[in-house]
Amino acid sequence: MSTLKRYTLAVLVDNEAGVLSQVSRLFSRKGFNIESLAVGPTDNLEVSRMTIDVLADQDMVELLCNQLRKMIPVHSVNLLTDAAIRRELVLIKVACSNSETRSAVMQIANIFRASIIDVAHGGLTLAIIGDDEKTDAIENLLKEFGILELVRTGIVALERGITTINDNTKEKGEFNYGKNVL
Amino acid sequence: MMMSGAKVLVECLLEQGVDTVFGYPGGTILNIYDELGNYEKQIRHILTSHEQGAAHAADGYARSTGKVGVCFATSGPGATNLTTGIATAYMDSSPVVFITCNVSEPLIGKDSFQEVDITGITMPITKCNYLVKSVDQLADIVREAFAIARSGRPGPVLIDIVKNVTSSQTDYTPLPREEHARNGKLAKLIQRSSQDFRTPEPDSGDVDRLVHMIAESHRPLLICGGGVVVGRADKEFLEFATKIDAPVAITVMGGGGFKGRNPLTTGMIGMHGSQASNMACDNCDLLIAVGCRFSDRVALDPATFAKQAKIVQIDIDRAEIDKNVKTDHHIIGDAKRVLAVLNERVTPANHQSWKDYVFSFKTETEYDEGGDTLTPKQISSVIAKLAPEDSIVTTDVGQHQMWAIQHFHYDYPGQLITSGGFGTMGFGLGAAIGAKIGNPDKTVLHITGDGCFRMNCIELATEQYYKTPVITIVFNNHTLGMVRQWQTLIYDKHYCATTLDRGPDFVKLADAYGLRGRRVTNVEELSAALTDALQCQEGYVIDCAIDIDEMVRPMVTGGSAITDFIVD
Repeated sequence: MSTLKRYTLAVLVDNEAGVLSQVSRLFSRKGFNIESLAVGPTDNLEVSRMTIDVLADQDMVELLCNQLRKMIPVHSVNLLTDAAIRRELVLIKVACSNSETRSAVMQIANIFRASIIDVAHGGLTLAIIGDDEKTDAIENLLKEFGILELVRTGIVALERGITTINDNTKEKGEFNYGKNVL
Repeated sequence: MMMSGAKVLVECLLEQGVDTVFGYPGGTILNIYDELGNYEKQIRHILTSHEQGAAHAADGYARSTGKVGVCFATSGPGATNLTTGIATAYMDSSPVVFITCNVSEPLIGKDSFQEVDITGITMPITKCNYLVKSVDQLADIVREAFAIARSGRPGPVLIDIVKNVTSSQTDYTPLPREEHARNGKLAKLIQRSSQDFRTPEPDSGDVDRLVHMIAESHRPLLICGGGVVVGRADKEFLEFATKIDAPVAITVMGGGGFKGRNPLTTGMIGMHGSQASNMACDNCDLLIAVGCRFSDRVALDPATFAKQAKIVQIDIDRAEIDKNVKTDHHIIGDAKRVLAVLNERVTPANHQSWKDYVFSFKTETEYDEGGDTLTPKQISSVIAKLAPEDSIVTTDVGQHQMWAIQHFHYDYPGQLITSGGFGTMGFGLGAAIGAKIGNPDKTVLHITGDGCFRMNCIELATEQYYKTPVITIVFNNHTLGMVRQWQTLIYDKHYCATTLDRGPDFVKLADAYGLRGRRVTNVEELSAALTDALQCQEGYVIDCAIDIDEMVRPMVTGGSAITDFIVD
């Protein structure tokens, strides 16, 4: 077994029922657990973009990308590089039993530029946007106060520069050839 | 024109030129059957004994004619009975449109009677599938489904229609097939790419690179895969092989893509491949595979497969490139078109010394003959001698399948119909009926074993009723021969659950279905029976008794180097 690494895939698909399960079954078929998944419509409402984080080895992830590319509802697939921009929104509900802990939590929030979006007796809810490193760091710091609940949106990612997933490449043309419908 | 969904569906089948439908009715699909009855003159419905038989028949019809097969089934068990047939078609890239109905929309998701999520179940075994919940979308979806089934790399598509859609009214406008691509979702699918789909050409640079590789090669080998058959590229392939003077190994799915009697043929390649094919593969310096996905039955050990060669794949499906075997070059495109372009550019070559080397090995297995019992080779020889050369052969799966492929020579695409990828026992009879319906003037032979035949012999009733005479030839060794062969060679002769010392009597069975049958034990009896079968134009079952310990030779076990024959 070769070494597993975390890969991020961006997948443009038809915004239709059933497409998500078609995409996800390719991962489950190989026994891969999707580490993180974020889906939403793009600037074109008929097209959704999925960002999928998966632990896999190089050969398997390339095979996965190719098998995704040949699916009719899939428009294009990009295997993102390490340099890509990755962001995630995390909501964290932290216990603050007294004013002392509350100000300590607020101080940490400040340092991480997290916003406090709800205050209640005994707790605060923070929202933070960042890559894994940043969100993991604040999560670790807040643990000592007691995290009551935590939710992540899943990583969304874009490649840096002006290249996009919509760019036509020779390889994309090759995959489209197989989708020829005449 | 206002009409019911059921009528729209049948009209859409006519748009596609469909004249034959295989199927089995049931509660939810009754509206469609009710309408189909009004179109008896245009569309012939073949009622099988079981939905699986209908699926295989539609598949056999599609493979033998090159047209899209159509198969109907009702919801729930009707739909799930199709699944083996759908998977068989999927693995062998056969274009079949499966139409099932589901319970009415208010009942969906409530575990209603005969309800099943068939679109969910068939997701991994269809090219694409649809759940139709609005009658307004029906025509558009049927048009898209047919286009997808037959285009690119063909494959099965399933349309599941909820029952109330078939009874709802909608405005239907007929649309000739040529217009489909300019309308509805199909038009969008085409617009998605900047490519011009109408004249897809292989990349010129890629072709030139291969031409250069061919010029540099001294020991080229071609593999004729299923893509040559599906793409009906046999003429172009023949010209190519002749021009570059390369030996041709044929895969199971490639049978019929290259004439089996051509002197360049080395025979089958892979697990039961000939010595010539496997040795050529191991020693070539350039391997060009056309429409071949290097399955684990061909590239038994991907790491050592064609280890001296630069490997080139020509395929229509980009996802097949580098999937099983790492390649040095590939050309994406339709086999017919790519080969035509290559033929214009390659320089003719002569590789006599390489051919001398390759053909110093056997292209066919030699068997010891002359005992009292009938041998597989003798059966094959008798059939080859007596049956018309253009006979269509369907097989089931196992030893008889390998013998049928090793010892018969297939001359044109669609002549050999076999479940190569999925290895479906019980495929052959349904496929034979479908092939006979698609090719009424040809002799159709169904080569089977006693294990496989028992699985779906219920379709003898279909064969009899529709007067589609098929000659079934049972290689009867009273065992699951291929499994027994593995038990002999790999499991120390531990014959667990493979011996078939049981009924039925196949001759009596044929008789019970109103067909003719004979049991034969030697060449003379077989010749007489086959002559009778060919003359009588009735369905016929010939039960050939062979020895329980017959083996398919040569054999290389899975995962081994392709020249590590465990039996010669």
